[in-house]
Amino acid sequence: MTASAQTTSAQPKPTRVYYFGTCVIDLFYPGAGLAGMELLRRHGIKVVFPPDQSCCGQPARNSGFFDEARAVALRQMQAFPGTDPIVVPSGSCAGMMKTHYPQLFEGRPEHAQAIAFSRRVHELTAFLVNVLEVTLEDKGQPVSVTWHGSCHSMREMGVVDEPKALLRQLSNVTLVENPREKECCGFGGTFAVRQPEVSAAMVKDKIEALESTQTAKVVSGDCGCLMNITGAMEKAGSKMSGQHIAEFLLERTHD
Amino acid sequence: MTELPKGDFTLRAPAALNDPTLRANFRRAMDGLMTKRAAQFTDKEAWTALRERGAAAKARVVARLPELLEQLEANCTANGIQVHWAETTAQANDIVLTILQRHNVRTVIKGKSMVSEEMELNHHLQAHGIQAVESDLGEYIIQLAGEAPSHIVMPCIHKNKAEIAALFEENIEGLGYTEDVDALTAAARAEMRKAFAAADAGISGVNFAVAETGTLVLVENEGNGRLSTTLPPVHIAVMGIEKLAEKLKDLPSLLSLLPRSATGQHITTYVNMITHPRRDGELDGPHEVHLLLLDSGRSRVHADPELRDTLRCIRCGACMNHCPVYSRVGGHTYKFVYPGPIGKILSPQLEGLDCAGDQPHASTLCNACVEVCPVKIPIADILVRLRSEASHPSDSPAVKGAGSRANWRESWGWKGWATVYSIPWLYALAGFMATRFGNLMPASLGPLKAWTSVRAKPRFAAKTLHELAKEKGYCDE
Repeated sequence: MTASAQTTSAQPKPTRVYYFGTCVIDLFYPGAGLAGMELLRRHGIKVVFPPDQSCCGQPARNSGFFDEARAVALRQMQAFPGTDPIVVPSGSCAGMMKTHYPQLFEGRPEHAQAIAFSRRVHELTAFLVNVLEVTLEDKGQPVSVTWHGSCHSMREMGVVDEPKALLRQLSNVTLVENPREKECCGFGGTFAVRQPEVSAAMVKDKIEALESTQTAKVVSGDCGCLMNITGAMEKAGSKMSGQHIAEFLLERTHD
Repeated sequence: MTELPKGDFTLRAPAALNDPTLRANFRRAMDGLMTKRAAQFTDKEAWTALRERGAAAKARVVARLPELLEQLEANCTANGIQVHWAETTAQANDIVLTILQRHNVRTVIKGKSMVSEEMELNHHLQAHGIQAVESDLGEYIIQLAGEAPSHIVMPCIHKNKAEIAALFEENIEGLGYTEDVDALTAAARAEMRKAFAAADAGISGVNFAVAETGTLVLVENEGNGRLSTTLPPVHIAVMGIEKLAEKLKDLPSLLSLLPRSATGQHITTYVNMITHPRRDGELDGPHEVHLLLLDSGRSRVHADPELRDTLRCIRCGACMNHCPVYSRVGGHTYKFVYPGPIGKILSPQLEGLDCAGDQPHASTLCNACVEVCPVKIPIADILVRLRSEASHPSDSPAVKGAGSRANWRESWGWKGWATVYSIPWLYALAGFMATRFGNLMPASLGPLKAWTSVRAKPRFAAKTLHELAKEKGYCDE
């Protein structure tokens, strides 16, 4: 146990949280999902992963299939009853639940429920920094990494500095910011397959920017971006790798 | 999962993407514009406050559009400005032509106007023997090249110095090839002076028409706007019906937001405020001022409570400057008059989803445009709404061409998706199958083919997070 609570917290820290794993993590990056839960659990918090959860509904919503998005969103709202915070290891899925659930249900009986639900949603790194105020003790070898913030994390959740603050807490980790941090990596969900050429050009530029940091690894809080970026890195024979921040933090601070 | 409709944008993009000169021109220009804009808004609190005022001013215009238009007409008329209404671009062209023919106009000098691009006014006038000369330097350049604007504020941003030098060498007698910017500008200036002197009428756009006073506000940097609107005896201003400001006191915030967002300038070199034609005893100014108000689909946009936010736009172009798609493919790839994020929401509404239904899909929904829009247009939400309209036929469609991109494979694909993701045991089964057998899927299958063109195939984990969470005791209440 390396994370410890500070005593300066303005509001009482929750003792129990829900965890929404996201569908991409569920199928492709379960290690990142578990790492996020472990980061919370070792902080003395009861973490509950409701088994009835699936996807936030963003793929359908962004494609313009609102009825289908609502059906799936409603199931998530039912799977997370009560008032406990819902922690999400993805700024994009968190953004969907926080900003678009209330929109999706506007003028419907579930609107109030959607608003109440949205207020409980937290992106993982923001929760660790702002609510739990964690301090991390680095136990890893010296390494340089760069950070990729997802568009929705930055622009829908307003989470820009928190993940970098966590990385900077690690004494042996040098964070080298990339010159195009605010630019989209070209994933965009179905965009990557609807506009394959534009998406390919965007991810190519993104990799160039990441490689210009001359670091070994890109750390990110969103597995959609990671799947795009590391997939393109692998195909292009890049020496860089990528990792979800939860997994990276856990590895660095684990005994 | 679904059939991917191959729209024009998707087909056009590769040509632009594979043009290294074009890519470099846009990248350099957009990077510069983003840096300049950012330098204008370093104080976040001041930016937020100013943006709130600008957005509120334009929201009030949208909310009260019909009555403000009537007020504008009454005040302009009282000021001596003749007001004309056009429902379509064809009507607008006819109105302009009639005015010009009445004055036996043979050459027109034009200030920059995107509405005139919508109308394809120059072509229409040329077909009737009237020559229109563009006097904005960027517009002048693309007129020489026979091209359309690739950006709403900087129409020739797709060209570099060498390309312009070659164009001028070919078109301006006696100039020769030079990349000296001062020499190029001076040559264009000399040509334009001739055109200003010869013009029988001037045509301009309008940045803001103030309903309260009947004032036409025009911002510019080259002085060509002022010359076009004061030198010739007749001035015709053309504008979309949404380009209003309610009151004069709304202008300070709007005039501050517009140039800072557009070009990173604190203020433009010229701010023209036109309230009436030349009065008796005055020594200059046109004898006649006409204001043409073009609808061309805007009333329909206004009828929808969500989509009408599109009409707040002040045409600063910040959305395209910050768009990662626009900066890679440039303005011409979109095919429509208005490119970039604002074009992606405006073109389908003005032209119909049947011919512009591809536009809303040319976006990653990264929200970079939303972040910088000075009047807070929810561009990403409107993009998604238009995707929905395009995929769903309706008996009373909010947008022309609704349902034109509907296809049963996509519809049933999403229905199936919603079913699987709403029924926990079915989702668990799908997850089990995917993690056990998903990696056997060939990379050439459906969407995977596009994905793997530049990326490795995604690898399913051995077990789902659902399974692992249960094993580790996280599912216990």
